[in-house]
Amino acid sequence: MEAFLFILFGAIAVGASIMVVTRKHPLASALHLILAMAAVAALFVLRDAHFLAAVQMIVYAGAVVVLFVFVIMLINVPEDRLPVERITLFRFAAVIAAGFLVVEGALVAGRFGMPGGHVAGGGTLEAVGRALFTDYLLAFEITSVLLLAAVIGAITLAKKKI
Amino acid sequence: MTGPLFDLAVVLIRIGVVFSFCMGLVMVFVWAERKGAAYIQDRRGPNRASILGWTAWGMFHPLADAIKFLFKEDFVPDNAHRAYYVIAPMFVIAPVILSVAVIPFGPDVSIFGRRVMLQIADLNMGFLYVLAVSGMTVYGIVLGGWASGSKYPLLGGLRSAAQMLSYEVSMGLSLVGIFMVFESVRLSHIVLEQGELLFGVIPKWGVFVQPIGFILFLTAQYAEANRTPFDLPEGDSELVGGYHTEYGSFKFSMFMMGEYLHMVVSSVIVATLFFGGWQFPYLHDTGFLFPGGFSVSLPEIVVLLMRCGSIFVKSLFFTWMYVWVRWTIPRFRYDQVMRLGWKVLLPLSLANVFVTGLVLLLLER
Repeated sequence: MEAFLFILFGAIAVGASIMVVTRKHPLASALHLILAMAAVAALFVLRDAHFLAAVQMIVYAGAVVVLFVFVIMLINVPEDRLPVERITLFRFAAVIAAGFLVVEGALVAGRFGMPGGHVAGGGTLEAVGRALFTDYLLAFEITSVLLLAAVIGAITLAKKKI
Repeated sequence: MTGPLFDLAVVLIRIGVVFSFCMGLVMVFVWAERKGAAYIQDRRGPNRASILGWTAWGMFHPLADAIKFLFKEDFVPDNAHRAYYVIAPMFVIAPVILSVAVIPFGPDVSIFGRRVMLQIADLNMGFLYVLAVSGMTVYGIVLGGWASGSKYPLLGGLRSAAQMLSYEVSMGLSLVGIFMVFESVRLSHIVLEQGELLFGVIPKWGVFVQPIGFILFLTAQYAEANRTPFDLPEGDSELVGGYHTEYGSFKFSMFMMGEYLHMVVSSVIVATLFFGGWQFPYLHDTGFLFPGGFSVSLPEIVVLLMRCGSIFVKSLFFTWMYVWVRWTIPRFRYDQVMRLGWKVLLPLSLANVFVTGLVLLLLER
């Protein structure tokens, strides 16, 4: 059952990601991006990483992509003025290279074996919270300072007069 | 009865009951809205639809509306982006239905010697699941606005995207205090904790331990549900009908249903987090036990019914409050909505988190 769900959601994630880069209209890409993120969240749930799955949905699918959609709608390029992308030799080669990368990844993964079963309470809210505020407190605080710097930077860029 | 089959039946029955409970409440809500609006404005309200001469106080009007919507022409405007136009109403209604799954409607009961919880799924991430799922409704509104291929809906969709994002932040933060006090995000655990007494007298309900969090959360919920005084996305005096201007027949009805369902679910959530969920004040497993030592013992089935009835009554009260607020307070201006969200609600909810943490730390000492 778990293997079946893994293959199902994995296939959805891969398929949706391919659609993100191949769709002509940016809004279609954004919608497929949501689908891909939801599928990845489902994969997190299968690995018992409930907190990560929830955050994935709240932050990425629920907020970041909304902003993408917001911008796409605000610019609202008419359908006939959208740029047409062509298949060039370079892009064709890139797809082949990506195929090699997948094969290589599979070989490496096969050599080391998949990460073993579930860690007890590994991804629950309690476990993540405890790890974050004890062992990784310094990293957590530094990340928050980094985010603060990004926020200040965004405000200075957006506003001419503060 | 065999084990797995019994479990499957229980799961299906739970889903069916919760779904029809919410849909039924939507119908009652639509009726209460029209009737309540009428009484607040000193009118009589709907009183004509009847079955065999019986009007049931206008209760048949929502039914007549639904039938009318079903039989209208299913129309897609020429300028619309067809596929998006069709999926937009589904995006509004599906996430809201999904988010009911984690709400406990009663304590665990034993049926045929098995423990059965009156909750579809008791997830570890609890309320985070509600936040994650209900965040998807914004796409329905935004897509509906954009796909209609018309200016007013586009403006409505844009407004709604900005508004829902802004209020989602303070909605999440206003609940952090509750999670800190009850030390869990699991809704079943939060409801169990609320059965205890504060200072041995008042029930330890969320609203008594987190009064500010309650007001902040309720305000954010009104904004999230696009409800007056925050109904800018469909402000009819400026945008005709907002994001659903170009919608007709059952697709419009789905937008309406999604909106009312959203309010029903948020009323149930407010009742669960801040008003004890299925807990009845001073009611224990065996009967009433009042602070003075006075006690009344009740049979188990009566206790269960009182508890399930308790969350029902609380939810009804908060749905009524939606009606009450809508017909009392006029719509805000857009900049006022934004200012309230970012400059009032957000700092207040952050301060609430800080003060809650401080008090908890001092109590621990």
